[in-house]
Amino acid sequence: MYKYDQYDQAMVDARVEEFRDQARRRLEGKLTEDQFKPLRLMNGLYLQLHAYMLRVAIPYGTLNSLQMHVLADIADKYDRGYGHFTTRQNIQYNWIKLEDAADILADLAKVEMHAIQTSGNCIRNISSDHFAGAAADEIVDPRPYAELLRQWSSFHPEFSYLPRKFKIAVIASDTDRAAMRLHDIGIQIVKNDAGELGAAFYVGGGMGRTPMVAPCINGFVPLDRLVTYAEACLRVYNRHGRRDNKYKARIKILVHEMGAEEYTRQVEAEYAHLLEEGVEPPFAELERIRTYFEDPLFEAGAPEEVDRSDPDFAVWVDRNTVAHKEAGYVSAVISLKPVGGIPGDATAEQMRLMADLAKDYSFDELRVMHTQNIVLPHVRKADLHALWTALDEAGLGSPNLDTVEDIIACPGLDYCSLANARSIPIAQRISERFAANGKTGTLGELKLKISGCINACGHHHAGHIGILGVDRKGVENYQLLLGGSEAEDVSLAKITGPGFDENGIVDAVETVTNVYESERQDGERFLDTYRRIGMNPFKEALYG
Amino acid sequence: MAETLRYRDDQPVDHPAVTVDAFLDQSNAAAVRIEPGDDARELLPHLGRLSLVEVNFPAFGDGRGYSSARILREAGYEGELRAVGDVLVDQLAYMRRCGFDAFEPDQQLDKDDVQAAFDRWPEVYQDAADDRTPIWTKRHA
Repeated sequence: MYKYDQYDQAMVDARVEEFRDQARRRLEGKLTEDQFKPLRLMNGLYLQLHAYMLRVAIPYGTLNSLQMHVLADIADKYDRGYGHFTTRQNIQYNWIKLEDAADILADLAKVEMHAIQTSGNCIRNISSDHFAGAAADEIVDPRPYAELLRQWSSFHPEFSYLPRKFKIAVIASDTDRAAMRLHDIGIQIVKNDAGELGAAFYVGGGMGRTPMVAPCINGFVPLDRLVTYAEACLRVYNRHGRRDNKYKARIKILVHEMGAEEYTRQVEAEYAHLLEEGVEPPFAELERIRTYFEDPLFEAGAPEEVDRSDPDFAVWVDRNTVAHKEAGYVSAVISLKPVGGIPGDATAEQMRLMADLAKDYSFDELRVMHTQNIVLPHVRKADLHALWTALDEAGLGSPNLDTVEDIIACPGLDYCSLANARSIPIAQRISERFAANGKTGTLGELKLKISGCINACGHHHAGHIGILGVDRKGVENYQLLLGGSEAEDVSLAKITGPGFDENGIVDAVETVTNVYESERQDGERFLDTYRRIGMNPFKEALYG
Repeated sequence: MAETLRYRDDQPVDHPAVTVDAFLDQSNAAAVRIEPGDDARELLPHLGRLSLVEVNFPAFGDGRGYSSARILREAGYEGELRAVGDVLVDQLAYMRRCGFDAFEPDQQLDKDDVQAAFDRWPEVYQDAADDRTPIWTKRHA
């Protein structure tokens, strides 16, 4: 894992003092709320419906057990004993007092954490593959590139007042576990025919009101030019992105209106110019960062056998563990989706347990998934039963990874001031429905995502089944969408037709799964069947 | 009118800045004002006769002026580069890094707060238009 040196630490410490000073000037009346707002946002502090919300960055979703313990302590000390893991691999706390915020940032800085640029019109926390460094299918660990970009984008003097927020994801596998092409910039580390590593840049994707899949604008940027190319992409956006309408201000609109070809031409011209300027870090810096992401000391010849005599354990192993590059190891997913629970929430006690289990069984490392679960990336198969037993006792043993119960949901109207409808209760009712009818397992992979407004924080455009909550004449109404995917087979979901009320949407989800069950051919996922038979059979079942 | 903060030793230009269009149409003006929508690169052929470029920030959240400033410095402009308008304490350090060396804020800024802002960052991560050495260069010096 990456470790701060004295420079990184000095920057984070300076940021805490800066924020303390800004909060003081706000209280003294030297800053208006309008002037203070972007400053607090760039430190992760939002004003929600009931209180301030603080979003803490977990760069590329990786953290150690000490850091997870501090996240638990913050939940106890400053919040209501729990936290919420987010779709950007971060954690947020919902009940924060403004006067505590600087102290929380100081507590975080002691363990090399921060809330820098987790909000605001700037470059946000860089996300990555949650199985990075463990996945059997990656060509290289993508996190060193994400860390380099983290440093480059932190306190960037030119790009801190962009037209709109800016999200970057980095992956290094043909399997996309990070919704790479639905980012403002998606980077895939690739190998060319000569065996050299480079970066493919996909620019102008995103969800929100106007979902777009990012086109590839350069298939191979050499790694010693990565920062320069990113700088060129950002400069063209900062200069030409729309500022007249915040709903048209994301880079996807610029790329769409300008055309990918013209945007690319301008980026390439800026890139050529910046290459002459020399803004690239020394290549040795990338090599320095890489040394922090070397493999842990895996046990050679770790046993492959798993005793499956306990049937509940066997189901969990089948559903919640994922192939590892090292023999005798797996990545184990801790589901934060208990039936009837709030997707992504964890209590302080659960965080501490996960931290301790990471220390005992996963080389002191945890990951946050964008699907709001936690991964222990490197677990010996021989330790799985002990791990599962401890998780199960703490209510963390739900065997439902990538099933209909593994729902992404935004905070919705329960917390969010932008929302039109509640998301959490819909997620709770759906997981209860499928747990009760026993179909969770037989339906297989089925990605269900719920947003409480058109800003799409719950990724409903990318759901095999998506749900969008809207306000219809003062009543919550839920639209159903089918056929989205955030993975390498990326596609945007399409709306089925008229929306449903709270009970109706749960029935509607069950109805479309019934269509799938009767129509599916061997080995087809819900998404595959939908793509083969199209929307009409689902519409007929829903609306008759 | 708030005081102009100036971090240069030469004499300020003694006449008002003209618009980019006016400057390109004529002129013998040595001072020009860039609005957020103007293309700073249009000035590049004429940098030699410019002593003052004002970059207007009608609203502090519109960050196009940061790119305008860097583009001018990257092209070798050495005259005064002045941020004018909705220029606030918390933007000063980044503006300085982008090449601004004078500030003409709409509202008077507190001197101590300004000094604190310039002293804030012990290090910098990136190359920009100032002469500070980035962390990644120091690490491999």
